[in-house]
Amino acid sequence: MSVLTRPGPVRTWAGFAIAALVLFGLAPAVLSDFRLNLLAKFLCFAIVAAGIGLAWGRGGMLTLGQGVFFGLGAYMMAMHLKIADAEVRGDTVPDFMQIAGIRELPAYWVPFTSPLVTLLGILLVPALLALLLGLGVFKRRVKGAYFAILSQALAAAFAILLVGQQSTGGSNGLNRFRTFFGYDLSDPINKRMLFFIVAAILLLVVAATRQLMHSRYGELLVAVRDQEERVRFLGYDPATVKVVAYTVAAFFAGIAGAMFVPIVGIISPADIGIVPSIAFLIGVAIGGRTTLLGPVLGAIGVAWAQTSLSESFPSAWTYAQGLLFIVVVGFFPAGLAGIATLRRRKRTGSDAPAEEPDIEPTAENTEMEPAR
Amino acid sequence: MTEPTFGGNAGMSSQYLEIRDLRVQFDGFTAVDGVDMTLLQGDLRFLIGPNGAGKTTLVDAITGLVPATGSVTKSGVELLGKKVHKIARLGVGRTFQTASVFEELTVLQNLDIAAGAGRSPWQMLRRRKDVLPQIEEALETTGLGAHRDIPAGILAHGQKQWLEIGMLLVQNSDVLLLDEPVAGMSHDEREETGQLLRRIGAERTVVVVEHDMDFMRAFATSVTVLARGKVIAEGTVEEVQNDPQVQQVYLGTASLEEAL
Repeated sequence: MSVLTRPGPVRTWAGFAIAALVLFGLAPAVLSDFRLNLLAKFLCFAIVAAGIGLAWGRGGMLTLGQGVFFGLGAYMMAMHLKIADAEVRGDTVPDFMQIAGIRELPAYWVPFTSPLVTLLGILLVPALLALLLGLGVFKRRVKGAYFAILSQALAAAFAILLVGQQSTGGSNGLNRFRTFFGYDLSDPINKRMLFFIVAAILLLVVAATRQLMHSRYGELLVAVRDQEERVRFLGYDPATVKVVAYTVAAFFAGIAGAMFVPIVGIISPADIGIVPSIAFLIGVAIGGRTTLLGPVLGAIGVAWAQTSLSESFPSAWTYAQGLLFIVVVGFFPAGLAGIATLRRRKRTGSDAPAEEPDIEPTAENTEMEPAR
Repeated sequence: MTEPTFGGNAGMSSQYLEIRDLRVQFDGFTAVDGVDMTLLQGDLRFLIGPNGAGKTTLVDAITGLVPATGSVTKSGVELLGKKVHKIARLGVGRTFQTASVFEELTVLQNLDIAAGAGRSPWQMLRRRKDVLPQIEEALETTGLGAHRDIPAGILAHGQKQWLEIGMLLVQNSDVLLLDEPVAGMSHDEREETGQLLRRIGAERTVVVVEHDMDFMRAFATSVTVLARGKVIAEGTVEEVQNDPQVQQVYLGTASLEEAL
């Protein structure tokens, strides 16, 4: 086992193999269709969390508005699914528009008739928006709390904008999707396929984040987080360094939003405003924002806890969540991953830098168990 | 190895930094008031002066941190008006009064980042595999070779300053502006820092902002004295020490014997 606990390529591959086994073998085998679909939803949050871990944990940007990018991906996907459903029925406009008396597809819906444009839009629009925003914000040296407030205001504005739009379903949002690129969404096999797709995306996202964290760029990002001005005097523009991490985080959030739609079956302004944007952050903080897997496992864990606890104590969860957030941020800024490293260091007595993001196969396992 | 000497040691081919009529104003207060200075390669220049003389502001202006008027050219290239990171890329490096290394990163990572401003995106996205020759060289020059894999945050105070200087070396700066590099150092550390400055000063233009007069006397090859934003004297250590204006300025704050 020692080769599995030592950092190195063996442990990395073993970690990914175990994660793949759990996601593709164990989870579908032991979970009911309903629970598996729930887990798929949590994996969407985990994808967002991986990006937040990079931007916030490694880059020091408190991204309080990831709901914007999540929402963009989600609404683009939802619009395409609604159009496709209407086409199956032979209608020109989605069902909710007929009820509202809209006879013709609004111009901004038309591009999403094409599956290709939709997919490209999901991949490009959130990332491009983040790139432009990032350039505007970071080049002007807006940072810290100002950046956080700005990004949160953006999430609020986006949600408010959507509430007022009849052509995106207003505050009800878009829902009742029948098909996903031709596959019937009421068929459990297809729901299972969605789980596999989102699981594969999550593994890719973790692999990409890992590469970014371990690359020279990842080291530079930490340097920018800790000593932004010093980096400038070494000949780098810190704004560029930050924009990259911010854009990657938005890219992940957009993909997660797009997958959220067929899995959950609804997207509304309530899923992308301030509260969900903060909720994305809580799992990241609790799991350990500076690590690779902390945000991912934290997001899954918190989402699971929310689902199971709010089933039994609907009103208590909000308070528990707030308390957990305060306790973790106040007393364990490194999150659960930080506590784990601390214990490991005590046990081995070594003071090797804990900077290496850990792949913890066993943790992956234990986080999955409660979802059974 | 050649030693730093007064007036530079590289003859006509040398790199230089030329400062002409440099002025920095903050809300009507003139911190740097028409400074002219010419700095040559291979001349270990010390910049001294009483508190508030504008020494650090002068360095800030050269490195683009505060806006200034006048002209600063490095081997013919105008620096004023350029952004901080652009000036750094032109080979002007600086350190700060308080060491500002990347504490969570190892010594090697610190140096690797300092060496990498010109890297392509593709190189940035890959892992750091080997140690660049210039980093090995800097580790040796600064004597930090044995500490390469420890986080910079747990280095001793003096070692952090040496790491900063090492970062300037791998950054390929040929103009080095060091702001009080020996502040807070022990006697032995000062001595070692002085030797380090002599080693690196032979091939570069080094300016040391300093309060420690013993240190200045031991290692400077030329001295510029700044008071109230103006250059009041310039020359060898001896010339400056015998300058009546300098003596007067220092008499205002402390006794001459104590100060010089």
